[in-house]
Amino acid sequence: MEKYLFVALFAPIVGSLFSLLFTARKKNVITALVTSGLLLFSFVSSLTLLFAVHDGLVLHVKLMDWISAGSLNLPFGFIVDNVSVIMMVTVTLVSSVVNIYSMGYMAHDKGYNRFFTYISAFVFSMLILVMSDNFVGLFIGWEGVGLCSYLLIGFWYEKESASWAGNEAFIMNRVADLGMLMGLFLIYWQFGTFSYEEVFAHVGSVNVGVVTTIGLLLFIGAMGKSAQFPFHTWLADAMEGPTPVSALIHAATMVTAGVYLVIRASDLFMLVPEVGHIIATLGTFVAVFAASMALVNRDLKRIIAYSTLSQLGYMFVAAGLGAYWIALFHLMTHAFFKSLLFLGAGNIMHAMDDELDIKKMGGLFGAMPYTAILMAVASVALCGVYPFAGFFSKDAILAAAFNGGNFYIWFALFIGAGMTAFYSFRLIMLVFFGDKVYKKLGFHPHETYPFVLWALLPLGILSTVAGFFEKPFEEFVTKVLDKYEFSMAHSTELGLIFLTSGFVILVIVATIYKYAKGGFSKQLETMPLFLLLKNQYYIPKLYEVAIFKPYYALSRFAWKQIDVRIIDFSVDMIAKILYRSGQQSRKMQSGNLSDMLRWMVVGIVILLAIAIFYRPMV
Amino acid sequence: MITLTHYLVLSGILFSLGIVGVLRRKNLLMLFFSTEILLNAVNVGFAAVSKYYGDLSGQIFSFFIIAIAASEVAVGLGLLVLWYKRSGTIDLDSLQMMKG
Repeated sequence: MEKYLFVALFAPIVGSLFSLLFTARKKNVITALVTSGLLLFSFVSSLTLLFAVHDGLVLHVKLMDWISAGSLNLPFGFIVDNVSVIMMVTVTLVSSVVNIYSMGYMAHDKGYNRFFTYISAFVFSMLILVMSDNFVGLFIGWEGVGLCSYLLIGFWYEKESASWAGNEAFIMNRVADLGMLMGLFLIYWQFGTFSYEEVFAHVGSVNVGVVTTIGLLLFIGAMGKSAQFPFHTWLADAMEGPTPVSALIHAATMVTAGVYLVIRASDLFMLVPEVGHIIATLGTFVAVFAASMALVNRDLKRIIAYSTLSQLGYMFVAAGLGAYWIALFHLMTHAFFKSLLFLGAGNIMHAMDDELDIKKMGGLFGAMPYTAILMAVASVALCGVYPFAGFFSKDAILAAAFNGGNFYIWFALFIGAGMTAFYSFRLIMLVFFGDKVYKKLGFHPHETYPFVLWALLPLGILSTVAGFFEKPFEEFVTKVLDKYEFSMAHSTELGLIFLTSGFVILVIVATIYKYAKGGFSKQLETMPLFLLLKNQYYIPKLYEVAIFKPYYALSRFAWKQIDVRIIDFSVDMIAKILYRSGQQSRKMQSGNLSDMLRWMVVGIVILLAIAIFYRPMV
Repeated sequence: MITLTHYLVLSGILFSLGIVGVLRRKNLLMLFFSTEILLNAVNVGFAAVSKYYGDLSGQIFSFFIIAIAASEVAVGLGLLVLWYKRSGTIDLDSLQMMKG
């Protein structure tokens, strides 16, 4: 079985290295074909592993010793168990689809070969992250996906906004990673090892205060990667990257790494329910906060990005409340429908010549019916309407919140679900129905290549049916993760489901009705609340004023005053002294023999003086 | 009584004379003379110290120096004659081909 593990892990990096050879060349379809093939290969291997794990196999492979220094012994070890194999299948499936989709999406881009290099490198890093059997391997993958995310956000680096967004994402993640690193140091200090197995075996015997600190520090890292408040601004700006990237990295896989970390370290988080409570509270806040920003935004991709943020909040709520398998389940279903939503948005962008303002679209259903249907399926799944995937996972989260007695969390999530329904269908209605605004603006939208639509089909099917695997999924995952017991009565649970579903469907119908009638009046757009939401609660502005500008001033000071005046000056001084003394002593070499003799005598006198007066210390 | 000090003082005086000659003279021939004075000043010192300690190695060293000085003068004079034939002068300042 080990060979499947190695194929799944190393096939993407082989594809990446292969297409790396072509990056300086013109577009070559072979890079796309080879990387897609290898990703599919990786997916098939992961699927094989999934079935093997289902039959009770747990693979734990030590590839080689990696770092051996003093008492620190770090092997390059990989583990395939019930949790990581779920992640592997999700990651490789979505990335295969995205890779095939990109063959159509990136067809006219001059960075064609480069794009596939980065995507495959990303998948490799992500697999390292999920498969590692120790915290350091996880951290290496963590940084690897961060790097690939940076490269792909700034893929069109000649655009200033894109390179700015890339930097923002990278730097914000560095800030949060500091927390994570300190958590890792603390783990090593306390346990003397990084291996999951040993750390979790001894976590009970360590001071609770220390475990709390470790949990908080690890969660800070998770907050950065999963773009939770206050590190959330980078995710919306990351939409500068190509849309397939947004689908793969900034919706389906990388941003869920934070959730994965909490799930992976569940043995640790379980011991400190206070930290779990903080996680759940923050998740609730972000779920509502991000959804509210999506309500008024007019940028097609940003709406979906805020929705991603909000759904990540839901996942953190589940993880924080100890319902780890529900968090993982929502992570998986969300990966399917959110990447589908993003890829559909990519189709629209192509049809509309990269126009993103949804108020300039309208009535696109006639031009691109298949995209419309796929996006509608994804939206319904996102809202959580029976029988689509989101219904099962999201309802489970709401039920867990209610079950734990956290009614305020439940209520906030309930409102969040309503908001989700509103912004999803606002988007659908404004883009696909209503007046054909695009005609006045001179766009000629058309459906994309058929093979791209076929590539999306698996995601569409999974968004529809994945929910029915809830019971087998629970059984499968809880072999590793702790079970979550619902203590409330079955009738209460059923009542909750009907309440939520009824509310969501009501909101959907109301939204459709309202927008079919022509939408909201312009007057609403001058309300203070609207402006607050439209400006993202003024948080980007706040960061700019409170952090960027002072930091810029500080950097400028350090450059102009410290670097130029002190450091450069002293370095230049050394060079100048050498140069001047050379200039002066050049005169010695006049070529005149008696001058040379004179200098020789001077030298002899000096040497004699040294020989006579210098007494070395004994 | 002539002691070791006298010999060494003589050696020092001769050496100083040689050095002044090396520094001041511009005539190549005189330069060779000065070099000989330098070498022989050292020889005097060696011989005196050798006698004082009753150790022959100093005097043997003097012989070596005399032999080397003789061969050096032979080569040097040969070059000097050649240079004179070529340039018609043995002034030191005419030898300025190797400028730094």
